[in-house]
Amino acid sequence: MKYFKFLLTGIFFGIVLTKSEAVSWYRIYEMFHFQSFHMYGIITVAIITGLIGIQFFKRRKVRDTDGNIIEIQDKDKGITRYLAGGMLFGLGWALAGACPGPMFILFGAGFWSMGMVITGALAGTFVYGLLKDKLPH
Amino acid sequence: MDFIFKPFPWYVSGVLIGAVMLLLIYMGRNFGMSSNLRTMCAVLGSGKFAGFFRFDWKAQRWNLAVVLGAMIGGFITVHFLSDGSGVDLNPDTVAQLARMNIDAPQGRLLPDALFGMEQALTPKGLLILLGGGFLVGFGARYAGGCTSGHAISGISNLQLPSVIAVIGFFIGGLLMSHLILPLIF
Repeated sequence: MKYFKFLLTGIFFGIVLTKSEAVSWYRIYEMFHFQSFHMYGIITVAIITGLIGIQFFKRRKVRDTDGNIIEIQDKDKGITRYLAGGMLFGLGWALAGACPGPMFILFGAGFWSMGMVITGALAGTFVYGLLKDKLPH
Repeated sequence: MDFIFKPFPWYVSGVLIGAVMLLLIYMGRNFGMSSNLRTMCAVLGSGKFAGFFRFDWKAQRWNLAVVLGAMIGGFITVHFLSDGSGVDLNPDTVAQLARMNIDAPQGRLLPDALFGMEQALTPKGLLILLGGGFLVGFGARYAGGCTSGHAISGISNLQLPSVIAVIGFFIGGLLMSHLILPLIF
């Protein structure tokens, strides 16, 4: 039952992302055409909320539920992988209208064609794994 | 209790998504959805083909539980917590989509022109969904994260690489949405 709290967190996440319409292909299209503040508002407020929380955790040296002082690993330095990988991700995001969270949320909600997007995403991850050492990072 | 059946406004959604990330950090984990794709590849036996998939995936079971929960959450929301009022798009967006023969939301989250089963199973439809997914999966792993790992977690932890990744997301997204999508439809 140690996974139960994560299952509950996931349920909450799925509800929030669906109610916020961040799972909607339409909202992603609208965002990339700067025709609504909706998605920008969601992302900005989520970042500000996270920023405040993380600063609180760090400054108060808060311990997590396992009893360890919370430390968040820095991302590796670099430009190429973030820019190139990011662009490929963006191309797919604007086409399929779903990033990795929403594709599962929508599939669970009964949009079965999302199964194709998930299949594609697994294939993309697999091919990255094969090519990893040959790609510039 | 009426609010529970309406779409959440952006400021409520933003706070709650930030809270999910903080909750996962507080539970000693992190907020990153695309990592699950790597885990699933490992579970499916990809380790036979690439070292990238030879890791202790069992340590990632908690994140698979999050994804399973998210699927349940999506199901609950669409079937029990929606009044069908749907996505309130900018009328300009609706008109623009109509010119590409993409149907308006009318209470739905996804257009039939891409996700309706009939369209999804044509060669073109299949290519769009598989190809879009492929780019998301490949790009997320190449960049080391997706919207949750970079845009939300990374930037709120003031990580420059995440800012670069999100700039990449937007370059790619703008190219697709403005230049490539009109060629496809």
